Amino acid sequence: MKVPSLRANAIAATLVLLAGFALVFFYAPLDTDQGFIQKIFYLHVPLAICALAGFIVGGLLAIAHLRTGDPRWDARSYVAIHLSIIFGVGVLITGSIWAHASWGKWWVWDEPTLVSFLIVFLLYATYYPLRYAIEDRDRQGRYASVFAITAGAFVPLNFIAVRMAESLVHPRVFATANGGLPGSMLLTFLVCLAGMALLWLVLVRFELAAKSASASLSRLRRALDGEPEIPAQGSRIAPGVPSSATSVS
Amino acid sequence: MTRPSSLAALRAILAKDLRVELRTLQSVPAMALFAVTTFVLFRYGLDRESLSGGLAAGVLLATVLFAAIIAINRLFVAEREEGGFDAIRLAPVDATALLGAKAAALVIYLVVLEAIAVPAFGLFFLDSWSGIPPLAAVLLLADLGLAATGVLISSIAANSRARDLLVPLILLPLLVPVMIAAAGASQELLAAGGPSYDGVLRWLAVLAFYDMTFAAVGFAVYDYLLED
Repeated sequence: MKVPSLRANAIAATLVLLAGFALVFFYAPLDTDQGFIQKIFYLHVPLAICALAGFIVGGLLAIAHLRTGDPRWDARSYVAIHLSIIFGVGVLITGSIWAHASWGKWWVWDEPTLVSFLIVFLLYATYYPLRYAIEDRDRQGRYASVFAITAGAFVPLNFIAVRMAESLVHPRVFATANGGLPGSMLLTFLVCLAGMALLWLVLVRFELAAKSASASLSRLRRALDGEPEIPAQGSRIAPGVPSSATSVS
Repeated sequence: MTRPSSLAALRAILAKDLRVELRTLQSVPAMALFAVTTFVLFRYGLDRESLSGGLAAGVLLATVLFAAIIAINRLFVAEREEGGFDAIRLAPVDATALLGAKAAALVIYLVVLEAIAVPAFGLFFLDSWSGIPPLAAVLLLADLGLAATGVLISSIAANSRARDLLVPLILLPLLVPVMIAAAGASQELLAAGGPSYDGVLRWLAVLAFYDMTFAAVGFAVYDYLLED
């Protein structure tokens, strides 16, 4: 299957996101309970789903890295986790705003999904110090992949544990975010989710392309200066990307 | 071809570790001392002379968890400093023998620690000891979970620059589900009016599920941590 170009991907992400936000403001009805603030749901929940899915994808890419030993998979896993952490900051901020608007507090402990997300976020935040602490490139990649797999297994487990801690205190109906939504809200939500997923993908591919371009550039520069070929340096945390790593399918 | 079986290698490494610990006494006594001192700190930090329910569970488990970090930090010191990692790589045995042996050693350390810390905790804070025997099951399952994740993170940290920093940093968020489940079960067992068993089995199931998941993850990825 032919992978669409980064440009096509970017245009699609922009269009779908614009359509999604147009639906949010002009089509989706106001929530009778929460009013206008409920609309942050169309930003917060897709961000959260993309971040969590991104963490899992990072784990799967890490499995591919360990199986093949190809550093390109490590680069993809790194970028997937990196962008999911950035999305995660957005999730925590929008969640906090929503909590403040609904309950008058910036943080609530009895919202299991938000709490689980914080724990997952704290775990993934240690991904950078971990990479930073290991100098040898090859070992750094392998250890980071072991971490990504362990943490990927941790994500669902943590959600189960936190949700149980809550449901034992006051049992709640297991309603998913879009369960019981009226059709118009569900449609808006799904368009926003698709837009956010496309945005995540564009950013991942963009960062991979940028890394690989800067690697080629420094290689060319060294060749021009007549210096001997040395392995890509780049920053000490981010893995270097061989020039053909741009396509994530 | 005769290869020493993984089990024989595991036993040999475990015996070596236990012998080293018995001769040098560098982990378990430190953990026990740390735990007792932490109880004294909690006595004043919380300003309570007796504890029950959630508070008792939290104090006991947080203390055990942090004491475990001490042992986990030291788990691979000998391997790193004396070239044990290279020896394992050279030896014709499965890398998972090292994982299993270290996990077993850690569980033994933790059980010994708890054999000291739980009576001390009971002596200091508990009005009734009736919740202690069933608590053993909770602690044992928590120890298995600590061992499964602890060995994995300790091996990662042992080969990095910031090793003493990395273990608590990565391990603590990973252990949140252990804390949730173990505290959920313990607070029922240490409840003020004698132990109640509401939901305890469910929490034990969560702990067992956690243990199995990370044992499986460790088993699957451990080879890659030793490769060089």
